[in-house]
Order: sequence, then C-alpha cells, then structure tokens
Amino acid sequence: MRAIQRSADIAKASKTASVQPLTKLTTGIEGFDRLSHGGLPRNRTTLLFGGPGAGKTVFALQCLVNAARYHHVSGIFVAFEEKSCQIIANSAGFDWGLETLSEEQIFFQDARLSPEVVKAGDFDLAGMLAMLAAKKEDTGAQWIVFDGIDVLLTRLHKPAAEVDEIYRIRDWLADSGLTAIVTAKTEDRPHEPVKYGFLQFMADCVVRLGRRQEDRVTSQLVQMMKYRGSGFAAGEFPVTFGRSGIEVAVAEAMDVSDRPSTQRISLGFRDLDSLLGGGVYRGSSTLISGLPGTAKTTLAGKFLETACDRGERTLFVSYDEGVWQIVRNLASVSIELKKHIDSGLLQMFSARTEATSPEELFSRLRLLINEHRPRCLVIDPLSAIARSGSPVTARSVASRFVHVVKDVGITLLVTALSEADDPVTESTNLQISTIADTWIHLSYLVSGGERNRALTIVKSRGTAHSNQVRELVLGNAGPSLTDVYTAGGEVLMGTRRWEKEAAAADSRSRRLVESEHKHRALNYAVARTEAEIKVLQLDLERQRAELKVSSGEESTRQASSLSREDELRAKRESVADKPSKGAGRDKPR
Amino acid sequence: MSAQGAKPGRRTDGYATAVVLRLYVAGNAPNSAQAVANLEAICREYLNGAHDLEIIDVLEHPQRAMAAGILVTPTLSKLYPLPTAQVVGNLSDTSRVLLAIGIGSQAHE
Repeated sequence: MRAIQRSADIAKASKTASVQPLTKLTTGIEGFDRLSHGGLPRNRTTLLFGGPGAGKTVFALQCLVNAARYHHVSGIFVAFEEKSCQIIANSAGFDWGLETLSEEQIFFQDARLSPEVVKAGDFDLAGMLAMLAAKKEDTGAQWIVFDGIDVLLTRLHKPAAEVDEIYRIRDWLADSGLTAIVTAKTEDRPHEPVKYGFLQFMADCVVRLGRRQEDRVTSQLVQMMKYRGSGFAAGEFPVTFGRSGIEVAVAEAMDVSDRPSTQRISLGFRDLDSLLGGGVYRGSSTLISGLPGTAKTTLAGKFLETACDRGERTLFVSYDEGVWQIVRNLASVSIELKKHIDSGLLQMFSARTEATSPEELFSRLRLLINEHRPRCLVIDPLSAIARSGSPVTARSVASRFVHVVKDVGITLLVTALSEADDPVTESTNLQISTIADTWIHLSYLVSGGERNRALTIVKSRGTAHSNQVRELVLGNAGPSLTDVYTAGGEVLMGTRRWEKEAAAADSRSRRLVESEHKHRALNYAVARTEAEIKVLQLDLERQRAELKVSSGEESTRQASSLSREDELRAKRESVADKPSKGAGRDKPR
Repeated sequence: MSAQGAKPGRRTDGYATAVVLRLYVAGNAPNSAQAVANLEAICREYLNGAHDLEIIDVLEHPQRAMAAGILVTPTLSKLYPLPTAQVVGNLSDTSRVLLAIGIGSQAHE
C-alpha cells in the first residue's frame, strides 16, 4: 500500500517537473519518418536549416498539411520571409489541396517586417508570441512553424538581442506545448549552421536540407544532425520534389522478408527458358548485360511481348531510343509490340537521361509505375541513370529501384551496357549484378571473320542453370539459341560452327560406312573360321571312326588268334592221342 | 493605459493637426516600459497635447494587435495624419520617431 502511494508520488513529481517521455509525431513524409525513426519530437522544437531553395518551407508546410489532412490536427504557419499568399501560390504545384484547408486548419500569420517600418530602438517578440498563444487557444493548434526566423533575427541588428529572442521563443515554445518547426536560412555548408549556431541549442532535433553539385547535376539531400533522446539514420539522404511535395529517398527496410513467388514466367523463348529451368521467377529481377548491339533490347522486347500475350500489363522504359524506333526495330525480328501498345497493355516511355539527376529519374520511374501498375517492367538500359551525377548516387538509386520494384512484386528486366566484353567489368559499374536474381551476359565472339553473339547465364538464384555458352541467333522468326561447337577447346559459332557441323556430319557418315565394311569383313572371318571348325570337326569324327574301326579289328584279330591257338592246341592234342586213341576214335566208345 | 488628448483629426489649436497614435506594448517588458516613457516625453515636448494616444497591451488584447498586423513589441502606429506609419522599438531615437510621425520638421523649427 505504501509502495503504491510512493510510486504515485513519484509519478506526480515527474509530472510537475514536466519531463515527459519523448513521443513522436509523424510528418507524413514517408522517407523522413523512416530515417528519423518515427517523425519529429512532439511538443519540442525542430530546427530545419539549409541554403536558399533547399526546400525548408516546403518541408515545414508539408508537415502542417499532412497533420491537417490525415490527423485533423491544426497548425499555425508564421511566415517571416515570404508573404503567406506567395507561399500558398508556390505550393499550388503540389497535390496538397492547400486551398481547401480552412484558416482553422492552417492559420497563416504574416510576420514580415515591412521595410517601411521605422526602427527606433530595441524591440522584442513578446507581443507576437502573445498573439500566437491566443491563436493557438482559438484553433487548438498543435503544430507551429516559424519559417525564416533568420530574416527576423537580422532585423534585430544586435547579436545579443538575437540570442535573447531565441531564448524567448524557446521558453515560449516549451510552455505552449506546441510541436514546432523553426526554419533558418544558412550558408550551405555541410555541417554547422555557422551564423546561428545558438539556434541549434534551442532545438531538440536539427535537420539539414542541402544541395550537392556533382558533375553538373545538382541533387538535394536531407540529413539529420541531432535528435535528443532518439536514434536516427545518419548520413545524407537524397530528396526530390514531386507532386506530393518533398520526397525523401531512404532505402527500404533492411530485412528482406517478403515471400518470394515460385511461379516461373517465360523470358520469351523456349531455348532460354529451358536454360533457366523453365524461366525466371515472378517478381524477380533479371539483368542482361552486354556490349552495344548484342541484342539486349531484343531480348527485353521479347520478354514484354510474351508477357503481353499472357495479358499482363507491362512497361517499357527506354533511355536509348525513341518509342517508335524500338517498335520498328523489334518488328524486324517478329516482335510485335504495336498491337499491345494500342490495346493499352504495354506502355512505352522514352527519355533522355543527360543532365537529369539519378534521383529525379528514380522519382519519375516511381510515378510511371504508380500510374500504369505493370506486372512486368523493362528498363533499357538501367546504366543510363549513371550518365549524370556521381557513380555513388547512381549506384544507390539503381539498388533502391530494384528493391522498390521487387517490393511490389513486379518482374523486372534491366539491361546494362558493359564497357568491356567481360561480365566482371560490368559488376564494378552499377553493381546491379549483385542485386539481380538472374544475370545473363551477352558478348561477341569474333573468329573466322565473323562476329557472333554469345549468351551466358552468369547466375540465376534458386535455379539450376546451364553453364554453357550458347550462340544467340536472331532470325526472322525471333531470337533462338544454338549449342555452340567446341572444338579443341575453342568455341565455334556462325559459319565456323556450320562448317564444323557439316564436316562432323561428313566424317560421321564415313565412319559409318567404314564400320559396316569392317563388320562385314569380320562376319566373313567368323563364318570362315566356323566353316573351318566344321571341316575339322568332321575330319575328327572320321578319324575317330577310323580309330574305332582299326582298334576293333585288332581285338578281333587277337581274339581269333587266341581261339585259333586253342584250336590248334586242341587239334594238336587230338593228334597226339591218335596213335593210342586214334583207333579209339574210330572206335565207338 | 488610457487615451489622452483630443478626438482624431480635430484641431485643438491654431496650427497643429491632432496626431492619432497607437502604441502596442507587451505588459511591463523592459522595451515596452521604455517605449511608453519615451513616447509620453515626446508627446509632452513636441505635440503640446494635440494628439490622441492609446496604449494597447497585446498580452491582454492579442486580437486587436493581430487585427492591426502588429508583429513585434513595442510598435508605435501613426494612424493620422495620413500616410500611416509604424515605428518599432523602444522609441529611444527621438528624431526618428518624430520623422516617422511627420512632425520632425516642425519640431526642429
């Protein structure tokens, strides 16, 4: 009981000390909410600084608009720099519906000190803050924006007064319980807001909006500098301005937990599908790399044509050629895209990429995808986004793009131009090859005065795939693959392959004849030997018979000679008896 | 705070047009208190009572200040004679105040 009482006391004490745990309000700017781990600190002050045109006003106003539209929370916008009517006019390009919001939802307070106003001594902001407090009571506002506070501060003309007024605003904000965004224009230096360093002190959260110029292309970025009591994603994140206002590009969630499809879809022709064990997985990404003219576009076109034939919506984005040029060229290898364009299944979009930042291309692509909602998508070539801006940016855009597309389950096929005829070189370029699920590399093999296209599957995740190089043949009936001929460790293609194949067929038939001949000869030999065996056998039998006969005679002879001896003996005995018995012989016994 | 002097625009003597002034202050904040003192001194010295001054505390009447487009305090607003003018600050710079309310030249005669 006492323990409960005490904990209640502690709770009460902490309440009176008004130390509330940090909670966050989402800004409705998706990428920013992600990098700030949930938005801006509730009931605290956020300082937004950056150079001219970095998007401070847009960012701040977008927060108010989103709060009013989606959370029915009203806000106050105090404009120190521009007239409020200018701000409203400037944001007409965004789909915010700002004009439909009432003054109760977003109240604009013009706080521009007119240049005609005469200054005669020191002044302060106590009056303005009192007025804003009254307005807050009226509308129940929870958000407040002080836009361009640097303009006001410069009018004070005294550094000490600037600091005093900042403290006054800070205290007022702390008491008011409003969630505040204070914007200040500074020199666009990557780090400290040099002039208004003390501004940082008043804020619990500091955000920098900036620009970066690389290789003639300016890209905009946002960076979280500080966030009391919260973690955040450090680093510079690219920013673009689209229809919905400011967009912050933050890589999608790090864990890739989506359940991948096991359905296979055709890449357009059977030879290639069978190399990949039946096609590519739905929702996977395929990279086709190769030198110019290795038929990357043709394979991409075939893939989309097949998808359209299945009745799927598709999108073809080309950064190389115009739409109708592609349609014409592909028709020459029996890839008919026009009928699918007419039916609306296939949308083709072609654009030049020079002098457009990768970020901008990315946001345009997202827009196209959102409009057309394709199931299969081709970007030809994705490497075009690296034509302007820094390679690092292009790489991050390419990788983010592949992930975004994958998240919505679109089967993606991108082509990439390789600088050298070596798959490894490509991998250092945009590094899509590491993200892509399937990587098909096209190359040339030059031999025997011919240049032939070779197709290799470098990798294919989750698929048993052939490791053999195939020859890609573009015929009138479309692309097809042929087994290449390897002879003496050399891969033969084109005419050389044909010659070799013919020669092989020739020698095959010769071998056949030869072996038949040999067979016959052997048969003959066998037959002859068998015949000889037969003769000998017959001879053997005869000899045996002879032997039998001869040995029979001998025994007969022996037997007869024995009996003859007996006879003789008997005869002799009877002859000897005869003189005594001879008469007796004649004599009856 | 109370209003002093005559009705707007009415001549109270032979040569001066009544000046209509509004001073917006924030309670007893230092700058505001100074402004009140400075302005009352200027009025005594240069306007001879030919003026109509109202002092408005924006802490009590924020709506009035807002309606008048007042931003910082203290702000002195001259409504008459036309053109209107605004002076911000504690009004310590007397000559600029006089110039702004259009009686500088007379004051230096």
